[in-house]
Amino acid sequence: MTTSPGAVVQAAAKTVEVTDLNLYYGAFHAVRDVDMRIEPNRVTALIGSSGCGKSTFLRSLNRMHELIPGARVEGSVVLEGEDIYAPNVDPTAVRRQIGMVFQAPNPFPTMSIYDNVAAGLKLNARRMKKADLDVIVERSLRGAHLWDEVKDRLDKAGMGLSGGQQQRLCIARATAVEPEVLLMDEPASALDPIATLAIEELVQELKNRYTIVIVTHNMQQAARASDMTAFFNLEASGKPGHLVEYDTTEKIFSNPEQKATEDYVSGRFG
Amino acid sequence: MSIGDERRDEPVTQPKEAIPRAAPPAVDVPVPTVVRQRPPAARPSVATGSLPPRAPWLVLAGVAVAVALVLLLIGFNAALFVIATAVVTGIVIYAWSRAVEGRRKATDRGMTVLITCAFGIAVIPLASLLWTVVSKGVARFDPAFFTETQRGVIGAGGGAAHAIVGTLVIAGAATIISIPIGIMAAIYLQEYGGKGRLARTLTFFVDVMTGIPSIVAGLFAYALFAIFLGPGIRLGIMGSVALSVLMIPIVVRSTEEMLRIVPNSLREASYALGVPKWRTIVKVVLPTALAGIVTGVMLAVARIVGETAPLLITTGVVSSMNWNPLDGRMQNLAVFAFNEYKTPGVPPEPSFDRAWTAALVLILIVMVLNVGARLLYRRFGTELR
Amino acid sequence: MSLRTEAPGPSPVGGANVRAGDRIFSAVASGAGLLILVVLAGVAAFQIAKAWPAITASSDAIPGGEGLIRYIWPLLFGTLLAAAIAVIVAVPIAIAVALFISHVAPPRMAAGMSYVIDLLAAIPSIIYGLWGIVVLGPASIGAQTWLETHMSWLPFFSGPATSTGRTMLIVGLVLALMILPIVTAVSRSVFTQTPRRLQEGALALGATRWEMIRMTVLPFGKSAVISASMLGLGRALGETMAVAIILSVSGGVTFNLISSANPSTIAANIALDFPESSGVDINTLIASGLVLFAVTLIINMAARAIINREVRI
Repeated sequence: MTTSPGAVVQAAAKTVEVTDLNLYYGAFHAVRDVDMRIEPNRVTALIGSSGCGKSTFLRSLNRMHELIPGARVEGSVVLEGEDIYAPNVDPTAVRRQIGMVFQAPNPFPTMSIYDNVAAGLKLNARRMKKADLDVIVERSLRGAHLWDEVKDRLDKAGMGLSGGQQQRLCIARATAVEPEVLLMDEPASALDPIATLAIEELVQELKNRYTIVIVTHNMQQAARASDMTAFFNLEASGKPGHLVEYDTTEKIFSNPEQKATEDYVSGRFG
Repeated sequence: MSIGDERRDEPVTQPKEAIPRAAPPAVDVPVPTVVRQRPPAARPSVATGSLPPRAPWLVLAGVAVAVALVLLLIGFNAALFVIATAVVTGIVIYAWSRAVEGRRKATDRGMTVLITCAFGIAVIPLASLLWTVVSKGVARFDPAFFTETQRGVIGAGGGAAHAIVGTLVIAGAATIISIPIGIMAAIYLQEYGGKGRLARTLTFFVDVMTGIPSIVAGLFAYALFAIFLGPGIRLGIMGSVALSVLMIPIVVRSTEEMLRIVPNSLREASYALGVPKWRTIVKVVLPTALAGIVTGVMLAVARIVGETAPLLITTGVVSSMNWNPLDGRMQNLAVFAFNEYKTPGVPPEPSFDRAWTAALVLILIVMVLNVGARLLYRRFGTELR
Repeated sequence: MSLRTEAPGPSPVGGANVRAGDRIFSAVASGAGLLILVVLAGVAAFQIAKAWPAITASSDAIPGGEGLIRYIWPLLFGTLLAAAIAVIVAVPIAIAVALFISHVAPPRMAAGMSYVIDLLAAIPSIIYGLWGIVVLGPASIGAQTWLETHMSWLPFFSGPATSTGRTMLIVGLVLALMILPIVTAVSRSVFTQTPRRLQEGALALGATRWEMIRMTVLPFGKSAVISASMLGLGRALGETMAVAIILSVSGGVTFNLISSANPSTIAANIALDFPESSGVDINTLIASGLVLFAVTLIINMAARAIINREVRI
């Protein structure tokens, strides 16, 4: 999806339809039988106790799961009509449409702030004019609520920022390539409460432009910041994780259908 | 009405005044029985004394003086002084500690002395070696040494310019050969190989390669070229090939280590942006590990720059300047030093002087490379800390 | 934008180009790895090829006139003897120095000291050789004479003592000094990695520092020290220049360490004779190099095997 850089992009966020998804690490069955439809321009939260497979599931959405030796995916993930796991699909192309922000901020240490934001474009060796690149960088940093804080030191190292700023830098970096879906794996768990709040506010804005799926182990965060919530659980240790319930956030937290869901959100386990 | 009742009526927030001390317990409170003390002999037996602080130093000083006096009487010998002082100090400290502090502590002190002596044994020859090289090497540390060759020189005079040039050219060519091969092999091992057969075999044999004697590497280079160019061949480039056999394992090992240190999260971030693997390696992983890789290369160069044996049999001995590694013999500083010492001219002293100066220059080059490499890592390798 | 690799129109960044780029790069990388293995195989193959004429030659064609085995055997003996002395002397001292740096010295000194030890490792071997023949040898004449006078009942010191100091004993000591840094460096690094909980556990039982070291640090580092010693041994076996300069060679197999009649070592022999040799002499030298290569290969592989076995445990 190449657009002229000058235009304000209202990227058409896309639906992700997951069908019969099973995830393996070698012989170990990690996640079983997931069926869900992730709505565009919504924030979908994945919650559940640790080890239940929500991060594994998240990583299967942008084909990062298969990077682990021995990892295997069965089932389909369809991005607005195209199965990303179809045989002649290039994984790196998938990852340009489905971006990811990680738990611990990981700006590239050898690059400046500017270069970090532009990395997704530059690393793909797109020949872009400096002026065009400047526009994209500024837009991405503004979109991540970071522009005012760093606009005077774009050429300084990306490592010199605080944790919250680094994470917003990573968000700017992920949005600079204009994906349609943004996956976030516990993006605020390494941050202090104030930075966490900033990220949550940012996510609310970002959903206007992207489909967002966010893994969180913080239930209050899921309740605050998401529109849809999916609850994953393990039946017993050694068994695969599975999707227990998927519904609007309001319903999950006030009146869930499944007992396991209710037990989890009321803090009886996990 | 007892004293206690009065106090109960006082409000809690009263400002501090002298609060009457609690009355001694009333008579009807049972007096606690006296805890019977175990007699000292029943406690675990360990002498309770301890040597005064700084005791070992005092003993050392005292023994040194005593030994010196004794030796002055029977004939002073530096080596004997050091040895006798060390031994006697150890014995005295052990005996004294044993008497005062007990067997276990005495053993502890004794081992400390022993270990410290071992360190001294290691340091003294090093100091002697460096002193020798410096003191003997300054004799010919003059401009002529660096600018003249041995061409036509039998006795005094002449220099090692050809050897210095040879050192740089041969080492330079070896580096040019080793860097691409070594770094790419390390990238293969770290990023692509995984647990495959090629990777495991390669790792194993790279380890083995680190142990190849330098002379064997020289024989290999000789054999390789002799098969194609005849038995009498001597070329600068042969030396470079021999040296790269020695360099490559070092470059592979250290590069691999540096690549391993790059956090996986950086690779993941790059993949998540949709960047293909090879670009990730070239543009993210390598730059991050660059400082460490350069350090490893510099240390590898330091290792081979002083090599003599493989060059004796590949590049030969020559007394005039040669810049071309593909044309005829070349000489490096180490071979120069060896040759001057083994087959000196007439008179031999100037040759010995030249040999020592060559050794001094060699040590300086090696030290600069070593120290430089570590400083570079400290300065530029900090991104990953 | 389609996810298909065969995108219509100008191919966007990625797709077929990306696949090709990845393939080429990984091919180059594995090619480099393969090249190294080929080189190693080549080392062995070329050596054998060039040594073959000596192996098949008749006995009187070999220098010394008594055949290849009688030629190589004293050299092999000398190599092993010198290396044995080096390891026996160096390893205990190396362990002690490593312990000194890791557990005895004040922490700030420790960093400087390991630096110094690493510098020791960087000194070229020829310099050790020069120092050995000019300083250590002559300085030791008195001691070697003393050994002959008082301990000649041991075959090692049966004299006659040297007058130049250029003996197997000195060579062994210089080699010990040369391999000291590497054995120390590896030992020190493993001693500092002894888990704190093990050490604290010992101290909490009331152990003295030395007892703690004996109970926890040394057993923990045992296999690494063995492996480091074998690496040092490998280095000593292959060491050429120090031996070539220092050793006074004239004899055959003997355990006498303090005389001037010594067997040479394989490596030193090659270094000294090669420049002047031709014909079958060269093949003979290469054959001896083959023997040396085989010995060091075995030692190194054994060292690796020990360390790998321990790691799995």
